[in-house]
Amino acid sequence: MSQARMSGAEIIIKALVDQGVDTVFGYPGGAVLPIYDAIFQQNHLRHILVRHEQGAVHAAEGYARSTGKPGVVLVTSGPGATNTVTGLTDALMDSIPIVCLTGQVPTHLIGNDAFQEADTTGITRACTKHNYLVKDVNRLAHTIHEAFYVARAGRPGPVVVDLPKDVQLASGDYVGPTDIRHRTYQPRIKGDARAIERAVELLAQAKRPIVYSGGGVINSGPRAAELLVALVKKLGVPITNTLMGLGAYPATDRQFVGMLGMHGTYEANLAMYNCDVMLCLGARFDDRITGRIDAFSPNSRKIHVDIDPASINKNVSVEIGIIGDAASIIEDMITVWDARRYRIDPAALEGWWQQIDEWRGVDCLRYDRDSKIIKPQYAIERLYALTKDRDPFITTEVGQHQMWAAQFYKFQRPNHWMTSGGLGTMGYGLPAAIGVQLGNPGALVVDIAGEASILMNIQELSTAVQYRLPVKVFILNNEYMGMVRQWQELLHGGRYAESYTAALPDFVKLAESFHCVGLRAKRPDEVDDVIGEMMAVDRPVVADIVVDPAENCFPMIPSGRAHYEMILGSAASKPEATTEGLALV
Amino acid sequence: MGDNTKETKFHTIAVLVDNEPGVLARIIGLFSGRGYNIESLTVSETDPVNRLSRITIVTSGTPMVIEQIKAQLSRLVPVKRVSDLTTDGPSVERELALVKVRGKSEPRVESLRIADIFRARVVDSTTESFVFELTGSTDKVDAFVDLMRPLGLIEVARTGIVAISRGPGAL
Ligand SMILES: Cc1ncc(C[n+]2csc(CCOP(=O)(O)OP(=O)(O)O)c2C)c(N)n1
Ligand SMILES: [Mg+2]
Repeated sequence: MSQARMSGAEIIIKALVDQGVDTVFGYPGGAVLPIYDAIFQQNHLRHILVRHEQGAVHAAEGYARSTGKPGVVLVTSGPGATNTVTGLTDALMDSIPIVCLTGQVPTHLIGNDAFQEADTTGITRACTKHNYLVKDVNRLAHTIHEAFYVARAGRPGPVVVDLPKDVQLASGDYVGPTDIRHRTYQPRIKGDARAIERAVELLAQAKRPIVYSGGGVINSGPRAAELLVALVKKLGVPITNTLMGLGAYPATDRQFVGMLGMHGTYEANLAMYNCDVMLCLGARFDDRITGRIDAFSPNSRKIHVDIDPASINKNVSVEIGIIGDAASIIEDMITVWDARRYRIDPAALEGWWQQIDEWRGVDCLRYDRDSKIIKPQYAIERLYALTKDRDPFITTEVGQHQMWAAQFYKFQRPNHWMTSGGLGTMGYGLPAAIGVQLGNPGALVVDIAGEASILMNIQELSTAVQYRLPVKVFILNNEYMGMVRQWQELLHGGRYAESYTAALPDFVKLAESFHCVGLRAKRPDEVDDVIGEMMAVDRPVVADIVVDPAENCFPMIPSGRAHYEMILGSAASKPEATTEGLALV
Repeated sequence: MGDNTKETKFHTIAVLVDNEPGVLARIIGLFSGRGYNIESLTVSETDPVNRLSRITIVTSGTPMVIEQIKAQLSRLVPVKRVSDLTTDGPSVERELALVKVRGKSEPRVESLRIADIFRARVVDSTTESFVFELTGSTDKVDAFVDLMRPLGLIEVARTGIVAISRGPGAL
């Protein structure tokens, strides 16, 4: 039976609904008016009007990361599309499934420098997993379904579908989403059985093993995290998480040695440096993790599990690479482990744990608990203590506060932590929190922010208010771009060029002018009350926590240094980056 | 798995892609964005029924970089297959060149003589110029061009390498 003919705009809505989409983050404009008209005339899709298109993409990212479903964005041509570029790049770096629909000038005007024309597919080619320009209304439904397939399949990522206005207005045939398989793109899910056996065998022979897991385990779904816990328990080995991987393994468990990398714990980084077998699950050995690459875990035999073949042997060459989905491969590893009744040499493992406990004894995250001014670490510790029972979702901006959040908030479950890892996008946290709240009504959602970052997408407070989203913005206000100031202190002779955030707004009044609740804590004894009140009100809150402006984030591995060259604290002698290290970001 | 030798070598990579708009831009963007070299690149539709094009890229890198290039190419959505013809068994590589030489009297005759030795064909001639068509390995084309230089070489157009594996197998 042939389908009723519909307008392009109606086809778009139907395709989204058939893909299970319930929420679209967008901003209207001339080139998408037919789609907005179609949205107006239906009630399957909820449209969330953001205040800036960058916010739409970050909100969609927050929605996607917390729900496991792709996030959907709708923007107009030209400036609407170019405003999404930062968000799309962010989603590409952090492997977040996004489908971004952009309006385009009508096909006959493409290439004419028409009003609000931009070469959207050209501009976004490098910041999407894939993109499409739809020129034929009869290809529209298929293309949108395919976009969802590509966004989700394999290593997830953002996909742009550029939609000329005449295509939105033309009438054509609809096809449903059944059986949309891409003709060439079919990523591998199941890992190679022989490689898995070899990997498990290698683990069984280890004396100083470690598991290092990343965002791939989160992306694989909650089952992957459950299986990860089962595997790590069975092996009895230490586990560390990347920034993107936090929450995959409960942070309060004894076997968790904390985050690794540039601001990771002493015990995690030294365990990575000294291990003899490393099992990397869904992480990609990026420069924040490895430090100086030629001194990265020099004596270990490495196993790398990743869904993206291009991640294997990219930065670090490994002995066993296994391509596939984390959950599937971890499950197969457990099966082999059980079937062969493997056990790691208990004496060796015991010795390894003793060593790790010794490193733990250094207490690398210690800070001055008797301070009369609020220490940022203290504020996050209190936030954790007072909110943990509500199983909250935490987003962050970018800077010191982000690292302190990663170090001091003890994540228990996957999909509850959203931060801009790969791109490090200031302005990510508030719109992301809005997306999280929409996907998780009733949940407690907190954006741990810096006073500089929050100003990059502060306009989204309006969105939160309009849709009654009670997100909490918890600003660690140190009056500095703290992370920049820290690098300038440590690496550029204390010349604080442009890193003081002068002329700050009064965040309490700012909150109130947006019809949010504004709160402030200036002394340590006020922190608990502010957190309590913030949680008690069912409205968006901005909490201005006035913290020590001079505090630095430690431990830190200076750029170009190896894991064992980590600096522990301000008291330690001035660290130096290597000459090459100074050139690193 | 990882081959850690640091030696840089030329590799000829054949890529079978869906012939859709922007596919070449994706491939070139991948190379420029990640800092890989392109020594030469040829592209043409080779299977009109299935709308497939074949791209032949000559690139250079250490074994680890070449592995990366192949993996990065493979993960592009419209890429169907990737083969490193330099390492995946024996292959045949050819280039086509059109070479214009201007001259009179003795150099002109000399250029014809050399063309004959190289089995180049004359595809255009005037009283003061020839256009030669030559196919062969890159070395052969290089040698021919070098010999033509003193004889009035004024313009060269080369396709870059196309290559295919020897034997009955197909990409
Ligand atoms: C969009 C963007 N611009 C610039 C930077 C560089 N940068 C990284 S951290 C930082 C300072 C952030 O300051 P703040 O939000 O106050 O956080 P703090 O480090 O003080 O906790 C800057 C400018 C960035 N990450 N993102
Ligand atoms: Mg700050």
